[in-house]
Amino acid sequence: MSNLKSVIEVLLLASECPLSEKKITDILEVEQHAVRQLLSELQNDCRQRGVELIEVASGYRFQVRKAMAPWIQKMTEEKPPRYSRALLETLALIAYRQPVTRGEIELVRGVKVSSNLLNTMQDRGWVCILGHKESPGRPAMYGTTPEFLDYFNLKSLTNLPELPDPEVIRLSVNDPVVLTTES
Amino acid sequence: MSASAPDVSAVSVNGISLEKLPEDLYIPPDALKVFLESFEGPLDLLLYLIRKQNLDIFSVQITDITRQYMGYIEIMKHCRFELAAEYLLMAAWLAEIKSRMLLPVAPKVEADEEDPRVVLMARLREYARYKKVTERMDALSRMERENFPTFLAHRHLSTQQPEPTVTLDQLLRAMQSVLQKTSRLSHHHIRRERLSVREKMASILATLKGGRFYEFCGLFVVTEGREGVVVTFLALLELSRESLIDIVQAGHLEPLSVRVRSGNV
Repeated sequence: MSNLKSVIEVLLLASECPLSEKKITDILEVEQHAVRQLLSELQNDCRQRGVELIEVASGYRFQVRKAMAPWIQKMTEEKPPRYSRALLETLALIAYRQPVTRGEIELVRGVKVSSNLLNTMQDRGWVCILGHKESPGRPAMYGTTPEFLDYFNLKSLTNLPELPDPEVIRLSVNDPVVLTTES
Repeated sequence: MSASAPDVSAVSVNGISLEKLPEDLYIPPDALKVFLESFEGPLDLLLYLIRKQNLDIFSVQITDITRQYMGYIEIMKHCRFELAAEYLLMAAWLAEIKSRMLLPVAPKVEADEEDPRVVLMARLREYARYKKVTERMDALSRMERENFPTFLAHRHLSTQQPEPTVTLDQLLRAMQSVLQKTSRLSHHHIRRERLSVREKMASILATLKGGRFYEFCGLFVVTEGREGVVVTFLALLELSRESLIDIVQAGHLEPLSVRVRSGNV
């Protein structure tokens, strides 16, 4: 069994993308629950180490512990990429409201969504076209991909940060624009 | 951003006259471009103004808003039009709301219509929700910033194997041995003579020499096989087309006969 654990370890290390439990099971030709057991053992084994084994949408991957990240940045001498607010807001709208059309995104944001922006997100593999809406012009409906979740360290869409309810949004300190006459 | 002060004493908000203009409300024309680019659109700008100034947008003098936005139109000629257009739309909307509020209310009509202020507030609220959640998403740990997946670059290692070196001499010797082998094998090849239609045409004409009728089927050489039959048939058609032979039949269901056309003998 300990031998199998080492095999799983090297498979995870040799793979450039996360490996799913299913994929590992298929390679090892053993019971899936055994693989699950060994994966959790591997996670425990990493407790004292600089790397951790985490589960994201596409499967398991070894990664540098968050606390160690500054050292990696220092070594590579690269600044982490910064994403514009326009991109992040659009991405958030696609993530929380998928399947969503460009028009629907524009309505919430109050500005046009540039094709460039959507192309960038599609090129990065974060966003894909899920289908076309049966309305005039048959606009494309966008949704997020497992790669998007992988990038943001998420296992599923349910792990996304909570979207605040409209009621709890205060527009200002006194919220003077809340129309008291309406209530 | 400092306001290039118009007649300040004339400005009042909610009946309280202001010492100076709220700094963020009036945007000097030359700063407009920079200013607008720091906002994600008119909703974002409006949200900012409301939060920063505790501004009740409905008590702002319509003339102030109009004057400010008319100034924008002037600058738009030098700016990116598509950027400012959305802000203009918002200004028009605000002006519409404001002017509606100035009109006396007809209670019966009002009941059917949705209060435009409520619509605007709902949109602002909706935008504020996503703005908030975008901040939360931005705070998530993500690849290239907090998360660095680790893997062994095994493919990289394999490509570093040295390529074998081959000299021209080795290459020539290899080529020679191949040629030798093929020359030894070559006489074992049985090459089949390709039957030519032209050649067959000549042989048919030779057979028909003398102008006598010859039986159509007799012209085919069965030993030449399927290919020979096809070539003979094509040759006969070709000869017929070139009017060198006549293909005739004595009567219905009688055998076909061939002869050289008179004049070609």
